[in-house]
Amino acid sequence: MARIGVFICHCGENISATVDVVKVAEAIGQLEGVAYSTEYKYMCSDPGQGLIRQAIIDHKLTGVIVGACSPRMHEPTFRKACAEAGLNPFLCEMANLREHISWVHEKGDATTNKAIDVVRMLVEKVKRNHPLTSIKVPVTKTALVIGGGIAGIQASLDIANTGNQVILIEKDPSIGGHMSQLSETFPTLDCSQCILTPRMVEVAQHPNITLYTYAELESLDGFIGNFKARIRKKAKSIDEKLCTGCGTCTLKCPTKKIPSEFNEGLGNRTSIYVPFPQAVPNKPVIDRINCTYYKTGKCKICEKVCPTKAIRFDQPDEIIEVAVGAIVLATGFTVKNTDFFPEYGYGKYKDVITGLQFERLASASGPTLGEIKRPSDGKKPETIVFVACAGSRDPAKGIPYCSKICCMYTAKHAMLYQHKVHGGKSYVFYMDIRAGGKNYEEFVRRAIEEDEVNYVRGRVSTIYEKNGKLIVKGADTLLGGVPVEIEADMVVLATAGVSSPGSEELAQKLHVSYDSYKFFAEAHPKLKPVETNTAGIFLAGACQAPKDIPESVAMASGVAGKIAGLFSQNELSREPLIAVVNRSAPPVYSTCVGCFLCQTACPYLAIEKEEIKDRTGKIIKSIAKVNPGLCQGCGTCVAFCRNKSIDIQGYTNEQMYTEVLALLND
Amino acid sequence: MAHESNKNAETKGLIGEISKNTGVEIIKCYQCGKCSAGCPLATEMEYSPSLAMRMLQTNTSDYDEKLLTSQTIWLCVTCEMCISRCPMDIDIPKVMDYLREKSLNRKKVNPKAKNILAFHKSFLNSIRRTGRLYEIGLLMDYKARTLTLVQDLSLAPGMLLKGKLNIIPEMIKNRRLLSSIFKKTILKKKEESL
Amino acid sequence: MTLGFYPGCSLEGSSREYSESVIALAKAFDIELKQIPDWNCCGATAAHNLNKELSLSLPARILAIAEREGMDEVVVPCAACYSRLTVTQHELNHDSELKKKVSGHIEMEYKGTSSILNVIQMIEKYMIDKLENKITNPWKHKVACYYGCLLVRPHDILQFDRVENPQTMDIILKKIGAIPIDWAFKTECCGAGFSVSRTDIVGKLSGNIVADATDRGAEAIIVACPMCHSNLDMRRPAINSYLKKNITAPVLYITQAIGLSIGLSEKELGLQRHFVPVTFNKIEELSNK
Repeated sequence: MARIGVFICHCGENISATVDVVKVAEAIGQLEGVAYSTEYKYMCSDPGQGLIRQAIIDHKLTGVIVGACSPRMHEPTFRKACAEAGLNPFLCEMANLREHISWVHEKGDATTNKAIDVVRMLVEKVKRNHPLTSIKVPVTKTALVIGGGIAGIQASLDIANTGNQVILIEKDPSIGGHMSQLSETFPTLDCSQCILTPRMVEVAQHPNITLYTYAELESLDGFIGNFKARIRKKAKSIDEKLCTGCGTCTLKCPTKKIPSEFNEGLGNRTSIYVPFPQAVPNKPVIDRINCTYYKTGKCKICEKVCPTKAIRFDQPDEIIEVAVGAIVLATGFTVKNTDFFPEYGYGKYKDVITGLQFERLASASGPTLGEIKRPSDGKKPETIVFVACAGSRDPAKGIPYCSKICCMYTAKHAMLYQHKVHGGKSYVFYMDIRAGGKNYEEFVRRAIEEDEVNYVRGRVSTIYEKNGKLIVKGADTLLGGVPVEIEADMVVLATAGVSSPGSEELAQKLHVSYDSYKFFAEAHPKLKPVETNTAGIFLAGACQAPKDIPESVAMASGVAGKIAGLFSQNELSREPLIAVVNRSAPPVYSTCVGCFLCQTACPYLAIEKEEIKDRTGKIIKSIAKVNPGLCQGCGTCVAFCRNKSIDIQGYTNEQMYTEVLALLND
Repeated sequence: MAHESNKNAETKGLIGEISKNTGVEIIKCYQCGKCSAGCPLATEMEYSPSLAMRMLQTNTSDYDEKLLTSQTIWLCVTCEMCISRCPMDIDIPKVMDYLREKSLNRKKVNPKAKNILAFHKSFLNSIRRTGRLYEIGLLMDYKARTLTLVQDLSLAPGMLLKGKLNIIPEMIKNRRLLSSIFKKTILKKKEESL
Repeated sequence: MTLGFYPGCSLEGSSREYSESVIALAKAFDIELKQIPDWNCCGATAAHNLNKELSLSLPARILAIAEREGMDEVVVPCAACYSRLTVTQHELNHDSELKKKVSGHIEMEYKGTSSILNVIQMIEKYMIDKLENKITNPWKHKVACYYGCLLVRPHDILQFDRVENPQTMDIILKKIGAIPIDWAFKTECCGAGFSVSRTDIVGKLSGNIVADATDRGAEAIIVACPMCHSNLDMRRPAINSYLKKNITAPVLYITQAIGLSIGLSEKELGLQRHFVPVTFNKIEELSNK
């Protein structure tokens, strides 16, 4: 015998100004099965909740309906109140009288009648509610961090320092990312590698961090707290346990002219190589695409000279499986190359370079040992032009957004140039100067006022080469748009920051959303910047959008905090509003015939096969089974099932039909 | 003079009119200057293309007038370099065409652009009469308008000798239609001549 | 085979040699170019500068007649005419109201279905495959291929080659044995319709073009537009006056260059009509052998 309690909220004036709440409470009180019906000014307040608790006890309620705001606001509030009074929280539901009725209609009888209808429908449903218990899933207290740049490094260290385990995977032979390629960082002009490498070493030595470099994510299964990741450790072609990092192999390797990725094509490397001297781990890998042995079967000099016999030409890729509880995406970004610009020469002018290439020139460990030299002839550029907004803020080129960091690094580059080339002339063609961070504005003013960098407001229309010089045709819009032509020795394009290659494939492997520029999507742009819409997967750094080092580090630490919270519990609680395949006594066991149409329909891959066996182990029938950890309660399987063997707890077919019938049978 | 907001449909200035009649959204221009940087005539113009866009953005009759009476719009050769580089795909050549037509209709053409306009008019006059360009006719008309009597006279013998100058104009058959087209378009609001 | 042909006013007069070379070249490849009957001037720069509807009506009549004559493809050697016809077709195909209005003005039905080819497209489509076999005198000269404004812009409408550093003419010239140079003014404006009214501007703009080409070693400039030719050739005195130099590099139409390589005579191709004599420095000629 149902004994439903109904509580209609005035919500101050929000509901009562449009809906006659007293009339609603009275009308519902007349219904069969409603043991108590009342209205109150603020149901969510302490006294309001107290009203519910007392009514449950006094009237021995078997169900509670609160007609108030959206359940997204206060369902947890009222469910908690019910639980405190001893009523199963899933016997409590909310009717949305605010967002769905009072906020969208005018005051009048029709509106009040609609409110009565809505509550009446819910009464019929709640009569058929069953008590449910939250699902508990265990938590594996290991985090998988994908990407070993500054964001990944920071996240790994912070998580590891909470006492939890971290597996850090990085697709390049060494961790460090773009930060390891920089010369000096704004606004302090700290040497980038000097501040980064201690952290890199810490990662390698931390007892809670397992580092796999030259490794990528192969596949991911599971759900928050219970992921299963398969990692492909690409063959380095060396035995890491035997290799001492002595470097003899790289010295003796005969192929020396492979464009170095670390030096952005401005320098060369060998086939067996360590990307840079401070690499972590400081062990080489063999580039099988360019190595002579793999191309022709000859050479093998590295094998001959290796003192510890660590070379393994036939080493295969290794796939390892790890169980993790949370995942951090820290895969970073990249910048467009000069060939992206038809009006700047389609990349054919050697002395037109990107900002990242300039970093390598300015770097003390770079291809020119920190001297600014023209890639074409090695001469010092006496006149240099920096082009800001190259590709960014350019809808015609498909990149309407601002890449955020270029104004700052352009000012930095100009300053570095002026410090290194005394008497040199530098120009920056800009549209705006975006210097919002701490000490950023002062930094840019230093470039203009102290280092006398010439800032010209206007974009560059075209660049071409003549007699060994680069003719830059820009404009000065502050003077009315007058054309400004500069004969430069070198041009640095601050090219647009874009998503890393492979981002789309990775996002699809993880079922994480991404935007049209293939940057990963945060769960809420304001309030959930480090989470994704996929529970248990977090974002840190520039893979979410271009950003500078302080922001990447802040995000990484934020993620570590979220994960620490996640790992602080031994079990995770999930709402039980999930699909369930019916089970009954033998010989039927279930009305499910095992067609698995539901399995093909499920977007979360939450339906498995369950084999029902007899005592000898013989299979009687195979039916569908829902994984309670993965199911999101979307109901697609219910729609697909041909004989209604699967249903959503809390939103059964019977309950849904009852609501509709209640509305129709007025 | 105060800049006017672009809001409110009845915008006073040309910027609204241009948007309605040509579909070009000048409001998108963020003054990057790429058009001016690549314009071959920018150094001759009193207002560069990017400055012209800014003038229209003020949505004031003052700046609209300045632009309509400028030499800028007549110096533009419609080479389309600006739109090919503009990050916002703003069709500046289309805007220039519109401003020229408006400037002509309002009789506000800058006197320094007299020769340029005279050439266009002479060209069209020639076509109106015969359907195809009659170069000698064009030049005589032009010289009458501009009093540049001796200019290019030295070219004439060379042209004649090389067979590049038709003495007799080529005339199409349906000259009536040509005349009718002119009357329905460019001569609609005017007297009989250009 | 027969293709529709719109010569335009300059090909009948001041750029007669272009017409001669186009027709002669087509004939050598068994192509008959049939003129659109009773064609009128497309309006060129003057019309679109002064009145939009006029600038659309004049080309619309030309294309309407071509449609009526069943000409699916029309070859338009003049780049300005090519631009006007293609832009008109595009605008009217995207604005049915305007199309109806213009149809009224020209007193003809206009559908907008013709395919409009510039001279390079004609060469690419109908001649390039057979070209190699026809070459008898490889034209071994260093050239600067000058595209000008209206062949490649506005790209959205014309959809021909590419806006920056186009290559179609360069590829064709390579095929006839020439050495096209890499240079910076391939698509910079020559001064267009200012030939008479502002000859000083033509002197400057065309001067910069000729200077860059010859500085980089070009012996000749190859064009596909009669206005560009006129500005670079007939207006050479203005150019020389601006540059304060006497530049003798000739300007040839692409059809003339190809014609020479397949053995057509200078007279057939109208080379004698140029203002800057089409001769090459003996030293350079020798070095090319």
